[in-house]
Amino acid sequence: MKRTHTTKTSALLRSTRAARSTGRLGARVASALATSAFAAGVLAALATPGCKKDTPSGAGPAGSTTAEAVKAAGNAIRIGVLTDTSGLYADLAGQGSVVAAKMAVEEVGGKVGDVPVEVVFADHQNKADIGSNVARQWMDVDKVDVIVDVPTSSVALAVSELVKQKNKVLLASGPGSSELTGKQCSPNTVHWTYDTYALANGTGKALVKTGGDTWFFLTADYAFGQSLEKDTSAVVTASGGKVLGSVKHPLNASDFSSFLLQAQASKAKIIGLANAGGDTINAIKSASEFGVAKGGQKLAGLLVFISDVHALGLPTAQGLNLTEAFYWDKDDQTRAFSKKFAEKHKGAMPTMVQAGVYASVVHYLKAVKELKSAADGKAVVAKMEEMPTDDTVFGKGTIRKDGRKVHPMYLYEVKTPAESKGPWDYYKLLREIPAAEAFRPLEQSECPLVKK
Amino acid sequence: MSPLKDRDAAAFLAMAALLAVAPFVAYPVFLMKALCFALFACAFNLLIGYVGLLSFGHAMFLGGSAYAAAHAAKVWGLPPELSLLFGTACSAALGLVVGALAIRRQGIYFAMITLGLAQMVYFVFLRSDFTGGENGIQAVPRGKLFGFIDLDGTMTMYFVVLAIFLAGFALIYRTIHSPFGEVLKAIREHEPRAISLGYDVDKYKLLAFVLSAALAGLAGSTKAIVFQLASLTDAHWTMSGDVVLITLLGGLGRVYGPVVGAFVIVALENYLSQFGAWITVIQGAIFVLCVLTFRQGIVGEIASLVDRARARPPPT
Amino acid sequence: MSIPPQALFGQLLIGLINGSFYALLSLGLAIIFGLLNVINFAHGALYTMGAFVAWFLLQYAGLGYWPALIIAPVVVGAFGVALERTMLKRLAKLDPLYGLLLTFGVALVIQGLFRIQFGSSGQPYEIPDALKGATNVGFMVLPNYRAWVIASSIAVCSVTWYVIERTKLGSYLRAATENPTLVRAFGINVPRLVTLTYGAGVGLAALAGVLAAPIYRVSPLMGADQIIVVFAVVVIGGMGSIFGSIFSGFALGLIEGLTKVFYPEASDTILFVLMAIVLVFKPAGLFGRAA
Repeated sequence: MKRTHTTKTSALLRSTRAARSTGRLGARVASALATSAFAAGVLAALATPGCKKDTPSGAGPAGSTTAEAVKAAGNAIRIGVLTDTSGLYADLAGQGSVVAAKMAVEEVGGKVGDVPVEVVFADHQNKADIGSNVARQWMDVDKVDVIVDVPTSSVALAVSELVKQKNKVLLASGPGSSELTGKQCSPNTVHWTYDTYALANGTGKALVKTGGDTWFFLTADYAFGQSLEKDTSAVVTASGGKVLGSVKHPLNASDFSSFLLQAQASKAKIIGLANAGGDTINAIKSASEFGVAKGGQKLAGLLVFISDVHALGLPTAQGLNLTEAFYWDKDDQTRAFSKKFAEKHKGAMPTMVQAGVYASVVHYLKAVKELKSAADGKAVVAKMEEMPTDDTVFGKGTIRKDGRKVHPMYLYEVKTPAESKGPWDYYKLLREIPAAEAFRPLEQSECPLVKK
Repeated sequence: MSPLKDRDAAAFLAMAALLAVAPFVAYPVFLMKALCFALFACAFNLLIGYVGLLSFGHAMFLGGSAYAAAHAAKVWGLPPELSLLFGTACSAALGLVVGALAIRRQGIYFAMITLGLAQMVYFVFLRSDFTGGENGIQAVPRGKLFGFIDLDGTMTMYFVVLAIFLAGFALIYRTIHSPFGEVLKAIREHEPRAISLGYDVDKYKLLAFVLSAALAGLAGSTKAIVFQLASLTDAHWTMSGDVVLITLLGGLGRVYGPVVGAFVIVALENYLSQFGAWITVIQGAIFVLCVLTFRQGIVGEIASLVDRARARPPPT
Repeated sequence: MSIPPQALFGQLLIGLINGSFYALLSLGLAIIFGLLNVINFAHGALYTMGAFVAWFLLQYAGLGYWPALIIAPVVVGAFGVALERTMLKRLAKLDPLYGLLLTFGVALVIQGLFRIQFGSSGQPYEIPDALKGATNVGFMVLPNYRAWVIASSIAVCSVTWYVIERTKLGSYLRAATENPTLVRAFGINVPRLVTLTYGAGVGLAALAGVLAAPIYRVSPLMGADQIIVVFAVVVIGGMGSIFGSIFSGFALGLIEGLTKVFYPEASDTILFVLMAIVLVFKPAGLFGRAA
């Protein structure tokens, strides 16, 4: 069923060209003029920054009597929430992170001294090049002083590098890779909320202790997954277990069947899911389709957020062990915060990433107020490290020299449907891991800032 | 022929002057991005506009050279000029291999083959360790050009990029208006006749392909050094689609077409970046409109308007 | 290194499932290319659309999987007919590359619109109750739904092949690709035939989309990367050869599965490598006729 193809591709050009008898010179000058005209017109459109602006209302306490002049890059202190608003991490961070940042700004009254605070946000689509381009434009053109959230470790690492160059601040609440405070640590970056070491130490250790001594990893093939696999393997072997193998899958994979088959073939007792967000949800769903649990193997979600459990539903997620830094139902303070958050965010409870955005912005603004300037990123971070933290979401904590924020972590287990009293009542606490134990000790750190 | 050459020189100088002034008015990083894409599109246009071959896989040259140059600058510590050369050379080599395979067919088949081979190259990049997979090669040092020009400064970097772009553009222009270029056009117009005249058509096509690949590689290496990042996006097939869009919109087969197209598209993407997926929709719509009603592209349309205006007698 | 039979057969089965989709999609492409001489780049987006129509039907009309299997191809097919009538017809006299570019643009628009509405992660779509569960076939646990996918794909491909190669309608189709003017002279309404053929090819893509919905999640990006692999399949099979596309679809799915077992690093690229090899030795494809 084929037509012989006699027309040549030159027909493409023949149909493109109009009759060009005379006026070749005119055409050429015209094209040059067209170039100039368009370039000029287009350049005029360039001033527009590529992000959404929003100034939260300062509904806080009355302003101070002394007019404090606070320095910022522009005429306001600008917080840039760089997050994933449409992809596989949109539920655990995304718009919720923006809401959290705005809540933090409202708490200080919408301004520091006499300088207003603004929140802007952008979608990095989990791509390092998009993320770094937005970050660069934010810092060069839009006078953003601090970038927060940044889920997806590959983007966070790229942005951390840029932020160091431009001497601004990065408060990374979203990413997980422990590299951010390891080899790639920076005096301008604070790694908030959690990291792969904490996850490995929490979930990993707990599972090995309860008999899961052979592991097979299903790893998202980028910085975060690789870091998580590495840290968890170390914990497993240190606790006397064995890693039987691993398989890497692309980020946002559509079909886990062949990877799960390999996991099943390995006969490992635990299939460790070194991925997050949408990937974890889909892997768990596929696993139930292929009868993984019936074959005697257990799934370990190494990074699971409350948003994932909500998406999976308790019947599928029950029994999962996970390590989080924050749970909305932990105590009165977290409940109060979460209620306010849920009102602004479609009734969804905050994940630990979103809570981390809130906490990091609060602490940042405190430090800027003390320092009276947001201009020097290194100085602000140094100030943040100097001041201990105490907030409604993580309680008391400190920021170490390598930029690691430490606070207690919590090992939870997902309730069975019978145990749950209502929506979002998903976790029961197994163990609190004290701050000193949860994160990689400074002595083991590969961060050059520490090795002095 | 000299009045022609004077006009061409004037046009070129006008463009160069405008671009030299631009960074004082607009965000230089945006301009550098547009220039890299302009060079990329000019290289692509060489193939489609003057040889008649639509390559739907040109991203493999952009991405491949970006990785090569980034690797050379970061891991081997080469100075930027050598990294750029290395990147360009790698693309040219890849172009040779791919071209040898693809030249065997024409038209849609050629497009499909280049697409398939580019996808293969993409997956090789995805799997390889040296590319860093999804992370890409980050923190690529800008270095000191020729040992003393520090490229960390934005303005310095801009003028270097501008120089590279103008050099590449001039090279393409010279190629088109040389005996070699005339043979290419002859092949495009009527290949059997060119063969009957004794030209080794395949060699000419391959040479043009390698040249196009090399210049695309130059654009890619420059981009990697400017943005200090080489990522999978540069080698993804959507990037191949982007360059087709830029050239189609600007004007296929027009020397300045890709330049105009690049600035318009990059500005569009910049302006609309907060709207995320709308960019894809608008790009698709531009494709559809261009193919249906606007086949000559911006430059082509303006040129034919000028032609018609000159041909029409002045109103009495 | 001994490969446990469970792993081998398991991957082969998954390969067969992938092959089912390759076959369905490349069949649609081959039909469209044969008659319209257009590379339908929008095929992937229309496949996605089929899955979304099924999802919509479930969400908003309460219509489940079985009605969706019929309704979605019809709806998307109608969309294809409209597309052909309004846009592709205008390009019929031009270089086929324009058709490629137009359908590429259409694909971007469709994909973009879905992405705006749904983000880039997927919507879940439940496996229909009748096909839930799995059967233990000894060497692996085979989910019933996936077995259904293979079976229905073989069935649809066979029926389509039969219609084209063995029925009168099919002979009109084949004649029209060889010499449309002559066929018109016989009184056959060739433009309508062309339009309906495009709709049918598109319908096949949509059907594949509905089949894929429970397995691959309904996501705006599901067609995007899939389509390029399908192009490679079509090139290997021979552009425009019906049997070539069906056979290559299944065969290449199997080969991909095998590669995953023995040499997993190459599993993404193996099909393109094969495409390159076929191009060197048999540029028209395995079953194609020389251009």
